[in-house]
Amino acid sequence: MGDPLNAFITACDLPPLKEGRLSGLRIAVKDNISTAGVPTTCGSRILQGYVPPYDAFVVELLRAEGARIVGKTNMDEFGMGNTTENSGFGPTLNPIDPRRVSGGSSGGSGAAVAAGMADLALGSDTGGSIRCPAAFCGIAGHKPTYGRVSRFGLVAYANSLEQIGPLARSVQEIATLLQVLCRHDPRDSTCRNRPFDLVPTGEIRGVKIGIPEEFFGFGVDPRVAAVVYRAIERLEELGAEVIACSMPSMKYALAAYYTTCMSEASSNLARFDGVRYGLPVDHRPSWHEAFREVRKRGFGSEVKRRVMLGTFALSAGYYGRYYAKAQIARDLVREDFAQLFREVDLIAGPTMPTIAFRLGEKSDPLSSYLADILTVPANLAGIPAISIPCGEVEGMPVGLQLMGRHFQDELVVDAAYAYEQARGCER
Amino acid sequence: MISRKDVEHIAELADIGLAPEEVEEFTHQFNLILDYFEILDQLPAEGGWTRTDTEDLNVMREDLVVPSLPQHEAIMNASAREDGFIKAPRVM
Repeated sequence: MGDPLNAFITACDLPPLKEGRLSGLRIAVKDNISTAGVPTTCGSRILQGYVPPYDAFVVELLRAEGARIVGKTNMDEFGMGNTTENSGFGPTLNPIDPRRVSGGSSGGSGAAVAAGMADLALGSDTGGSIRCPAAFCGIAGHKPTYGRVSRFGLVAYANSLEQIGPLARSVQEIATLLQVLCRHDPRDSTCRNRPFDLVPTGEIRGVKIGIPEEFFGFGVDPRVAAVVYRAIERLEELGAEVIACSMPSMKYALAAYYTTCMSEASSNLARFDGVRYGLPVDHRPSWHEAFREVRKRGFGSEVKRRVMLGTFALSAGYYGRYYAKAQIARDLVREDFAQLFREVDLIAGPTMPTIAFRLGEKSDPLSSYLADILTVPANLAGIPAISIPCGEVEGMPVGLQLMGRHFQDELVVDAAYAYEQARGCER
Repeated sequence: MISRKDVEHIAELADIGLAPEEVEEFTHQFNLILDYFEILDQLPAEGGWTRTDTEDLNVMREDLVVPSLPQHEAIMNASAREDGFIKAPRVM
């Protein structure tokens, strides 16, 4: 199989275990989701050669429903980025314009589905990593409610934020995958028994949709905003009630998100020491010297930055100023959503502030972080959020983001389906 | 302000080796990022973790013995092994 976009790190062919709802479908799986017998690198050189001895629960579920796993997709190292340029194995190019990035961190999954190299894909979303590549590649991607899909077998980066979820060309397929993936698993203590129960109807008459003004500030390209406003008008024509609102905690959301994910990363990534898996560690120097050397060789710059800043944010004397404050801000975000969801059923806005970046455009880390401002609030609060294509700017796709109450993924997906049906009829 | 020395100290705490040019680059970038994080200083020091969705706090269960990975599979990715154990650099 040719891979001119560099969407895959490893091609494989794991046949279905039995017939089911996914029979005949080829599924690409992000390379931070464990596959027994198939290398799983997380986009990192430090895990080169690592072969998991077991399958992630979601992989078991897919194969038991008739799916064929065709490859492990490229990603920003350990999920840290929104372009795949932080992959240890080169960036994934955007299938619509190969001079642009595919988005990230699940960029390989987004590109593989958009280019037809796979029918469906799994990604993981810590701060937007499913929705960003979906928006940039012009497909649908859903981050489920925290606790809806088992994380057993997902290599942890920031446990309190991340969820596994589907990417597909249609909302109907997103619904089918969620029916398969939302299953209780005692091996993930945060996983709830909440099966996904929806046959999309596309009926949204009377659904109240809040539009926080902040989702159209923070560096949102006015052309992107205009496309998204038109999509929201379309939802209104379909019978939804659109309500202007405000989310004041948005100004803290990005700092809260980055402080939290970096802190969690500094703890989670301590396990990559070259002893139990990954690059071999030299046994001659002392413990710390040996680890420093293997992590110097194995980690890319962004991983080093996040692990170090997380170590700093948790260190004595700085914990109160950074990590503790971030948790207060996280609560404000949660409270803002709780308050808004007393008035409205869904919240809508753009997924990303701009269209897909050109390769190399986001070389400065802070400017790359700022592009996550519209996706991180859903992760901080643990609520479900979907991105679906809603138009174009400069020939590049724009994503409409819909967010809902905890465990109301069904309503989010059904509203997305309503929009997709209406848009499909127009085109 | 974060200095080069601070960056070297954090790298040591995090067990991450850095090349000299990385120390330079990270010092500059960390200052920009931490300046941005200063917005958190506007928040009160108290509060936090006031969960309103309390339905699923701390679900407990009895301990249960279940099958686990066999030893040889559990250690098969280790770079050095001896007598069914994983070999690690010396601590002392």
